[in-house]
Amino acid sequence: MTLYFTKDHEWISVDGDTATVGITDYAQSQLGDVVFVEVPAAGTNVEKGKEAAVVESVKAASDVYAPVSGEVTEGNAALEADPSLVNSAAESDGWFFKLTLANAGELDGLMDEAGYKAFVETL
Amino acid sequence: MSDESTDEIPQTLPLDAWHRARDGRMVPFAGYWMPVQYEGIMAEHQWTRSSAGLFDVSHMGQLLISGEAADEALETVMPGDIKGLTEGRMRYSLLLNDSGGVLDDLMVTRTRGDLYVVVNGAMKYDDIGHLHEQLPEDVTLNHMDEQALLALQGPKAVDALSRLSPGVERLVFMTAGAFRLGGVSCWISRSGYTGEDGFEISLPASAAEAIATLLCEQPEVKPVGLGARDSLRLEAGLPLYGHDLDPDTTPISADLGFAIPKRRREEGGFPGCDRIQIERAEGPVVKRVGLIVEGRQPVRDGGVVLDGDGNEVGRVTSGGFSPTLQVPIAMAYVPVSLAAADTTVTLQQRGKLFQAKVVPMPFVPHNYVRKGA
Repeated sequence: MTLYFTKDHEWISVDGDTATVGITDYAQSQLGDVVFVEVPAAGTNVEKGKEAAVVESVKAASDVYAPVSGEVTEGNAALEADPSLVNSAAESDGWFFKLTLANAGELDGLMDEAGYKAFVETL
Repeated sequence: MSDESTDEIPQTLPLDAWHRARDGRMVPFAGYWMPVQYEGIMAEHQWTRSSAGLFDVSHMGQLLISGEAADEALETVMPGDIKGLTEGRMRYSLLLNDSGGVLDDLMVTRTRGDLYVVVNGAMKYDDIGHLHEQLPEDVTLNHMDEQALLALQGPKAVDALSRLSPGVERLVFMTAGAFRLGGVSCWISRSGYTGEDGFEISLPASAAEAIATLLCEQPEVKPVGLGARDSLRLEAGLPLYGHDLDPDTTPISADLGFAIPKRRREEGGFPGCDRIQIERAEGPVVKRVGLIVEGRQPVRDGGVVLDGDGNEVGRVTSGGFSPTLQVPIAMAYVPVSLAAADTTVTLQQRGKLFQAKVVPMPFVPHNYVRKGA
């Protein structure tokens, strides 16, 4: 399993051609209290860089962009009942969706954990 | 009241370093760097509803209007009963344009000899220009930009403040007076923008850090940012200038008819009174209402109200998730035919449809300490 990060503050955990996507702990701390999450349904085709999910905090709505293209196999149903999982467990139980990678080459150029940490420190 | 941002580089307020030292997340707001939150909007909101939150609202404009007939002069620019205002009492009023549209909303208090007016931060320079233009020469306007303004809000605000400034507990809602606080002369009113009991404290900017620190040393008090200020005022049904009020909105459509007392309605003599009298008699075309949105997703400013045929007939002007009610709430302007409580309306935001129900405001009951209560 390999972990990748984007400059839009998403994480992607890749296992073979399956990827799990969420937002980073830094992203949730910037958003503040999350009150609503809309994740894509299984079967949805998402395209790298296009809107895939919506996350709303008390103060604002934000789009979550698909970090890679693929077909969604599962949205995290737990977020519907408890959106605050994004705050308490952004990089584990607060995952957004799982997908089957359409093009593993899209992972090239994403950051690893150390690279992302260094990136956040520049912000 | 207002959060209209300007393109200019944000200025700093007297408590800038104080907020940063307390990990306030600073954002540009109304032309200033201001704290949007410290520990988190939800926690700060709940703290204010259950204990006492300290808000820095020093961006707001504090004006002192003086002159023999200052009250009469102010009645030519706003529809409130200013002449009837006795010393130490305050009223909510509105600056109106000639069509009866709202230029700003504000508070007027009669001090010993003058009228003390607090206006929205983002509108203060426009308001000052407007007042200079409209008021006669023998009325003087002093912008008290050496004063800071703090709001201490919540059910335990009175416990904390009366410990430091005995006597403030005798104020009732919408009254004010001069008090000593931490060795400094302050002007303190029992008023606010959260729906809770609380106080607003005008004090010299040079003393702001010491007084803010003193207040936060009280066990009931924590600093609270603009984020919770917005969610609190929304739950309290209080309009925000620039969102729920603007120059195209009249006091009647904004459901602020209470701000135009009988004498002023009958005598007129304020800007836009003809239109306002007609609207009052015949009813406005659209009206500001409260909405509870189905589901959990907030519909915010910019959402639209649709009729049964999918035509846009109104707009959402404020919206968010209510920390107290744990449901999304909003304010919207809707046609009067859709304004009755329990009416179901359809909203649209970013292509998605929502069902919402008209409910009376405030969403969360006010908790003011009134005379005789």
